[in-house]
Amino acid sequence: MSENEHHIVPLGLYALIGATLLVMTGVTYGVALIDLGRWNTVVALCIATFKATLVVLIFMHVKYTNEKMTKPVIAGAIFFLILLLTLSLADFGTRAWL
Amino acid sequence: MSDSHAAAVHSPDHPPELRHHFMTMEQQQNTASLGMWLFLVTEVMFFGGMFCAYLIYRLKYFNDFAAASQSINVVWGALNTAVLLVSSWTMAMAVRCAQLGKQRLLIVFLIFTMFFGAVFLGVKAKEYHDKFVENHVPGASFEFHDKLLGHPDYVPNQGHTQMFFSIYFAMTGMHALHMVIGLGLMAYLVIAAGRGKFSTAYYTPVENIGLYWHFVDVVWIYLFPLLYLISRTKG
Repeated sequence: MSENEHHIVPLGLYALIGATLLVMTGVTYGVALIDLGRWNTVVALCIATFKATLVVLIFMHVKYTNEKMTKPVIAGAIFFLILLLTLSLADFGTRAWL
Repeated sequence: MSDSHAAAVHSPDHPPELRHHFMTMEQQQNTASLGMWLFLVTEVMFFGGMFCAYLIYRLKYFNDFAAASQSINVVWGALNTAVLLVSSWTMAMAVRCAQLGKQRLLIVFLIFTMFFGAVFLGVKAKEYHDKFVENHVPGASFEFHDKLLGHPDYVPNQGHTQMFFSIYFAMTGMHALHMVIGLGLMAYLVIAAGRGKFSTAYYTPVENIGLYWHFVDVVWIYLFPLLYLISRTKG
């Protein structure tokens, strides 16, 4: 086994990911002009999360890294971000109950 | 692992960039990239605080936030999103060139990335200028007279719309500052690459500054729908 082995992402995959990101930007723009009620926010955030996932996994090489701690560290960041947002909303959303 | 350890220790020609406390270049690079990820975690929490403020005030002042959001130009926002995604792609290509040892192409892709980053900042400056002209910048001369889509009788609250723009300028401004720093880091990479500092064995700064640039892209991937898109049809 080579001492210095890095996964080289194939050119075609980078092209595909780049094109997908641009197409999804067009899609999220188009969908935002249609009134879907509360689903506008859900669709926009789902598309954003899909795009962000592609960037993190492919462009940031998280899919290919053999460093075992990278994925747990990212999971930790997402966990604490969700904790911050949900607990803050639970606070502000329920103050009127008192 | 133990095999490669032995190989590294006894290898007569181990790379000069390999620090003595690492066994292999791969381990050294993985460690550096993990350190970069830990920094990015702190960045996630930094921007997370502002996303949290946005979320709470949007729920509280829903109609005023919708009216204020409808006043920013979604076409420029979409264009800038595309520009930033392209710059992320050129950055990924730059890292790939560094991995393959294509030093000249690495510099070309870095310069492309800087070019698209500069275009993004230029469009952002144009958007800020429009907001200054419209008196939509929070402060003593702030005034907001736009109507909420489909509700010509609703008068948006001055304080609440000002809160939207405070958050808008804080978040996009912090994002833009990160991009300016990114451009400086890339200028360093161009110079270092020009001096032949990188090889297929050592390109850690390219990889880590790439991670930083992609992170800034991810922040914008969320800012674009939240600030520009999700209130387009609300009222």
